[in-house]
Amino acid sequence: MSEVVSQAESENQGIGAPVRRREDLRFITGDGRYTDDINQPGQLYAAFCRSPYPRVRIDNIDASEALALPGVVAVYTGQQLVDDGLGDLPCGWMVKSKDGTEMISAPHPPMAATVANYVGEPYALVLAETLQIAKQAAELVDTDFTELNAVVDLAHASGSENIYEGIENNLAYEWALGDEDATKMAFARAAHVTTLDLTNNRLIPNALEPRACLGMYERGTGDYTLYTTSQNPHLERLVLSAFVQIAPEHKLRIIAPDVGGGFGSKIFIYSEETSVIWAAGKIKRPIKWVADRSESFLADAHGRDHITRAELAMDEMGRFTGLRVKTTANLGAYLSTFGSSVPTYLYGTLLAGQYKTPNIYVEVQGTYTNTAPVDAYRGAGRPEATYVVERIVDQAARELGKDPADLRRMNMIQPEDFPYETPVALTYDTGNYEASLDKALEMIDYAGFEARQAEAAERGKRRGIGLACYIEACGLAPSKLAIQLGAGVGLYESGEIRMNPTGSVSVFTGSHSHGQGHETTFAQVVSDKLGVSYDDVEVIHGDTGRMEFGLGTYGSRSLAVGGSALMVAAEKVIEKGRKIAAHMMQAQVDQVDFENGQFTLQDSNQSVSIQEVAFAAYVPADYPEDLEPGLTEKAFYDPNNFTYPAGTHVAEVEVDLETGVVQLVDFVAVDDFGHIINPLIVDGQVHGGVAQGAGQALMEHGIYDEYGQLQTGSFMDYTMPRADDLPDFRVDTTVTPCTHNPLGVKGCGEAGAIGSPAAIMNAVTHALGNKDISMPATPEKVWRAIRGE
Amino acid sequence: MKVSFKVNGQAHEIDVPPNTLLVEVLRETLELTGTHVGCDTSQCGACTVHLDGRAVKSCTVLAPQLDGVEVTTIEGIGDSENLHPMQAAFRECHALQCGFCTPGMIMQAIDLVEKNPGLDSQAIREGLEGNICRCTGYHNIVRAIASVADAKPASVK
Repeated sequence: MSEVVSQAESENQGIGAPVRRREDLRFITGDGRYTDDINQPGQLYAAFCRSPYPRVRIDNIDASEALALPGVVAVYTGQQLVDDGLGDLPCGWMVKSKDGTEMISAPHPPMAATVANYVGEPYALVLAETLQIAKQAAELVDTDFTELNAVVDLAHASGSENIYEGIENNLAYEWALGDEDATKMAFARAAHVTTLDLTNNRLIPNALEPRACLGMYERGTGDYTLYTTSQNPHLERLVLSAFVQIAPEHKLRIIAPDVGGGFGSKIFIYSEETSVIWAAGKIKRPIKWVADRSESFLADAHGRDHITRAELAMDEMGRFTGLRVKTTANLGAYLSTFGSSVPTYLYGTLLAGQYKTPNIYVEVQGTYTNTAPVDAYRGAGRPEATYVVERIVDQAARELGKDPADLRRMNMIQPEDFPYETPVALTYDTGNYEASLDKALEMIDYAGFEARQAEAAERGKRRGIGLACYIEACGLAPSKLAIQLGAGVGLYESGEIRMNPTGSVSVFTGSHSHGQGHETTFAQVVSDKLGVSYDDVEVIHGDTGRMEFGLGTYGSRSLAVGGSALMVAAEKVIEKGRKIAAHMMQAQVDQVDFENGQFTLQDSNQSVSIQEVAFAAYVPADYPEDLEPGLTEKAFYDPNNFTYPAGTHVAEVEVDLETGVVQLVDFVAVDDFGHIINPLIVDGQVHGGVAQGAGQALMEHGIYDEYGQLQTGSFMDYTMPRADDLPDFRVDTTVTPCTHNPLGVKGCGEAGAIGSPAAIMNAVTHALGNKDISMPATPEKVWRAIRGE
Repeated sequence: MKVSFKVNGQAHEIDVPPNTLLVEVLRETLELTGTHVGCDTSQCGACTVHLDGRAVKSCTVLAPQLDGVEVTTIEGIGDSENLHPMQAAFRECHALQCGFCTPGMIMQAIDLVEKNPGLDSQAIREGLEGNICRCTGYHNIVRAIASVADAKPASVK
C-alpha cells in the first residue's frame, strides 16, 4: 500500500482511519516546545567535565582557576554527590547467571567519583551565568588522573585485567536459556550443521534532539521540578527518588515536554539530569543543560554490540532440529537502566524466530568494557536475535542448495499451531507467518529476480536479494512474569479518562509520545470507544504532576499496554454512565445499552447522550443516591502475555563492482501488527525503523580505537542514513489480531529496525556470491570482499 | 557588536559578541525557538533558515554577517491558520514524527522547490543531503516535497 486517502475524503476519525496528526500543527509551525526551548528567569547553565581517558583514577580536582572566572557560580565533583549521600544509578533488571548467582553490578555513582570508566564519563559539573562561561570554565578545571589499563576489545575482554575488583573476567553474568543437553543431542543426530560467526555492530542512537534538562527547586515548598528529555518520566522520578534519593516522590515532578525522538536512548536515567536536579537543590537556582552532539555520541547509551557464534542443526529434509548460540554482549562500563535485560530476556527468548526448531540453547556473556554503557536501542535484543536466526537460515539454505524462502516456509510455525510454546520460554499467541511471506514475495516479484539481476549485470552491478522473517516480543510486559525474571518494576500501564462537565474528554496516559503520535491515535481510540467527537478528546502525557503513574514508552508497548489501559478506563466510564443514564431514564441498569455515545433504553426510543450523562454526573440534582458524583475513571492494565508482531522483509541491493558501494534499491516490508488504529502512523513507523536498520546494515558503526577513544564521535565520522542513501519503501500488512488485549493490537515501533538488517545483509551476501562480511557493509569491506581479500 | 537585520519582516538591532551564531541569535536573543540545534558540526540541518532567500544552516552564520540581511525562519512562513503549502504537505503526507528536524527540513524543502522546477524524487533526495531525519526514513518527506513540486508549474521559478 499505502495510498492513504486524504483527510478530506475520510470523515471517519475513529479506529482504523488515517487521521492526520494533531501534534503536527505545532511542529510544522515552529511552536513545538522541547526542553531546550524552555527557560527560567535566573537560570544557570551547566557544563560537564568528562573523562578524556577510558579508565582512570581521579587523583585530584583543582577547580580554583575555574571558580575564579567571572560568572562561574559553582563546581561540583562526583565525589561531592557521593558525600551528600546520593545513591548509585541502578540497573532495573537483575539477571541470574546459569549457575544461579546474581549478576554483579559495577558501582555506578551519579557522576564519576574516584574512577572513571569510559571516555566522556562526567566527573564534575560547572555552573555559570552563561553557557559560554560554563564551557570555558569546564576547560579550566585542572584534574590529575592516573591512567589505568583499559579494556576495550570485546572479544578479549574476559581474559583481560579486571576493570572492577570482584568482577572476575569482566563478566556481569553468564546467562543461559534452553535445554543444553537436548540441543547437544540434536546436533549429534543432525544430517547437516551450519555454523556462522556474526557481529552485531555497535550503534549510536542519535535521536535528533540531544538530551537536555532544566532542573528547578522551589524554596518555599521544597519541591523539585525537572524538565527532561525522557521517554518515561515516572520511571525517572522513581529512580531519582527511591534509588538516587534526590527527594521523595511527592516532592519531585518530572516533565518530559515535546521530545525529539528517543529510540531507547531516552529511557535511561543518566548522570547529567541527576547531577543537575541535585545541584538545583543545592544552589537554589534553575539549571539548564543541553548536550552537544559530541556529548550525545560519547555519553548516550549505545546499542547492540554482540559477537556471536551460531550453529543450526537440520535433518536430511532441512528441518531445523537444533539451534545453539553463544554470544558475547558488550554492556559497556556500567549496567545502564535496562542494560542487563537487552542481551538476555529480550534476545535469547526470541531465538525460535518464526520456526518450529524444537531444541534451542543460548549462552550470553554479559561483558564489561571501558566504553559507553550499552542499553536498549530500537528493537533492543530482538534485532540481534533476528539477525542470528535469519542470517543462519539463509546460510543453511545456500549450503543445502535450497531456496531461502522454501527453507523458511517448511520450518514455519503454522496457524493451527497457536498458541505455540517455544523452547525459549515464550508462548506466541497468534500469527500467520506464511501469509506475510507470500505477500512480501509477491510484492517484490520474487520470481522475477533473475531478470532484474541480469539487467543489473549489464550495468556493471551485482544485484542480490535477501529475506528476513522476523518475530518480536512487544507490549512489555506481564508484570508478574517480568518481576519473576528480575525486573525491578511492574510493566503495566496506567490511563485515566475524565469526562468533563461540558462533555469534552481529557485523557491521561503514562505512555509518553516522542514522535509516535499518541495525541492522535489515543484520541482515536477513546473517541471511538466513547462515541464522542475526536476533536473533543485531548490526550495528555509526559508529566508526573498531571498523571498518576506510568511506565513509559519503549518496546512497542504504548498502544498494546497504554492503549489497552484507556480501553479499560473507558469501559469503567461507560459502566458508571450506564447507572446514571438508567436513573435519568427511570430504568434498571441492565435495561440500558451503550452505543455510539448514546445510552439507550431497550425497546424504547428513549436515550441520553454520554455528554448529558457527564453533565448530570457533575451537576447531580437528580442522581442515584448510591453513586458518587463525577465521571472520571482510572485503569492500570497489566497484560497477560507479550504481543508478537511478525512479518517478512525483503531487500534488494546492487553492488558496484568498481567502488564496492552498496545501493539499497528496493525494500518490501509486510508486517502483522494485529489491528491498526492509524495506518498513516503505522507506515511511518515502519519507514523509520527500516531506515535505521538500513543504517545498521550499510553505514552506522560506533567504533572505539584500541586506546578506548571513540573514533565515530560526530556526524562527520558516524554515517547516518540520509535521504539519498535510501529508496522509497514499499510496506503492507497482514492481520492476525492479538488475542489477549482489548484492541487486538501488537505494536509497530520497532519492526522496521528488527527485520531490515538481516534482510539487507542477506541481500549483500547473495550479491557477493555467498561471501559473508560483517555489518556495516561499507564500500571498503565490500570492495575487499569482491577482490577475495 | 551591534548588527541590524530583519527577521520574518521585522527589523531588529541587537548587540551580541561577534562569535555569536545566527542560530543563537534566533533562539536566545529573539526567542524564536522553532529553529533547532541538532549537532555541532553543521551536518544535521535542523537549524536551516532562509537568509536573503537562500536556505542556510544558521549554525554557520556569525553575527557580523547579519548586518542588513533578511532572515526568514519557520515562524515566518505560516501559522496554524494559514499554513505555507510546504507545511501543509508535511502534515498531509505524515512527513514528520518527533518534529525536531522538521523546521529545518521544511525551510530546505521550500528553497529546493523554489530553485529547481520539475524536481523528481531522486533530485529531492539529493537536495536533502544536508538534512538528517532519524524518524521518518525520509519516505514521506520526499512524498510531501514532491507533492508541492508537482503542484508548481515547471515554468514558475
